Amino acid sequence: MANVLINAPKTVRKGETIELKALILHPMETGFRPGANGQLIPRNIIEQFTATWNGVEIFRMKMSPAVAANPYVSFFAVAKESGTIRFQWTGDRNFSAEGSVMVTVT
Amino acid sequence: MRLSAVVGLGTVFLATLAMAQGGKDQRRSGYQDMSPALQRMQDDDTANPAMLYVQAGEALWKQKAGASNKACVDCHDAGSMKGVAARYPAIPSGADKPVDLEGRINLCRTGQQKAAPFDAESEELLDLAAYVARQSRGMPIAPADDPRLASFRAHGEQLFKERQGQLNLSCANCHDDNAGKKLGGATIPQAHPTGYPIYRLEWQALGSLKRRLRNCLIGLRAEPYDYSSPEYVDLELYLMDRARGMTIDAPAVRP
Repeated sequence: MANVLINAPKTVRKGETIELKALILHPMETGFRPGANGQLIPRNIIEQFTATWNGVEIFRMKMSPAVAANPYVSFFAVAKESGTIRFQWTGDRNFSAEGSVMVTVT
Repeated sequence: MRLSAVVGLGTVFLATLAMAQGGKDQRRSGYQDMSPALQRMQDDDTANPAMLYVQAGEALWKQKAGASNKACVDCHDAGSMKGVAARYPAIPSGADKPVDLEGRINLCRTGQQKAAPFDAESEELLDLAAYVARQSRGMPIAPADDPRLASFRAHGEQLFKERQGQLNLSCANCHDDNAGKKLGGATIPQAHPTGYPIYRLEWQALGSLKRRLRNCLIGLRAEPYDYSSPEYVDLELYLMDRARGMTIDAPAVRP
C-alpha cells in the first residue's frame, strides 16, 4: 500500500478554479547511481501520474528519472460537478498507487 | 588617560547594548533561517513530505509485533506521546544511561513487544519517531530535570566545544562563533534540534539528528561515531538544553 497525501478543497463553487496537490512516498531511484557494492541500483521510478474527475481525465504527467524522491505535484482544475477526483501513479516494478478525494460543487 | 576614557565609554556602550537586548532571545531555529517557500512547505501538512512518514508511523503504532503480539497502542493511546519529544533524551526507569527517542522506541520494541530492534536510521524507526515527535509540535523544549543527566550533558558540551577532524574545528566554531554567516551558499544555523526527525531536501528523505551530526562530522573530516555510540545521546542532551524553551516544529523540512 502506498503512502499518499492529497490536498483538495471539500466544497467549491461551480466554475471556480481549484488547486489540487498530491504527494507520494517513492524513492524515484534514477538507475544511474551506483550502490555500496559499485553496481548500478536498478531504476525504480514513477512513470506516469494521472488524475480523473468522475472518470474523466483532467491531468496527466509523465515523470522522468530527474524527478526528485517523494514527488509533489500541484495543478489546477475548474470545478464543474460534484464527485470523486482519483489520483493514480504507475511506474517501474509494477508500481501502482491510488488516492481519491470527494469534492462537493455547489 | 584618553585610552581609559575610551575603554570606559566602550564598557558603558556594551552595558547599554546588553541591557537593550536584556531578556530578548537571540536564538534562532533553523526554521527562521529558511526561505518563506520552505516554511510554507513545512507548515502545510499536505505538502510537508515528512508527514508521509508520520502517516506510516501512525500505522506502525497500531500494528502488532513481536512474540508478545502487542502494538504500541495497546499500552499507549494514540496521541499520548505529547511532550515526549520535547523532553528526551532521558534515562528510562531501571537504566543508568540516557537514551534518545529512537533508543526508547527500540527499548519498547525489545522489552515489551519482544521483537527485534529496528536498525538505526531504518524507515520503520524514523516513521515511529516522526509520529511521536509530531505530537510535541508547538511545545517548548523542556529537558528532563534528572540530576543524573548532568554528567552526560557536560560530556556533550565538551564534545561540542572540542576541536576534531582534519580541519581541526569544533561544532562551536561554526554554530556558536559563526552562526548566521555563510558557509558556501548556505546560512550556518545555530544548531538547535527543534525539528527532528527532519525531512532534509538534500537527503530526499527523513533523517534523525544522528544522521545530521554525522554529516557535520564528515564535514570536519572527522570519523563519525558509530550509530550506537553514546556520544550522540550526550551531544543531543547538550543541544536540547541549549535550545531549552524553543518551540518544537517536528517533523521539520530543512534545505
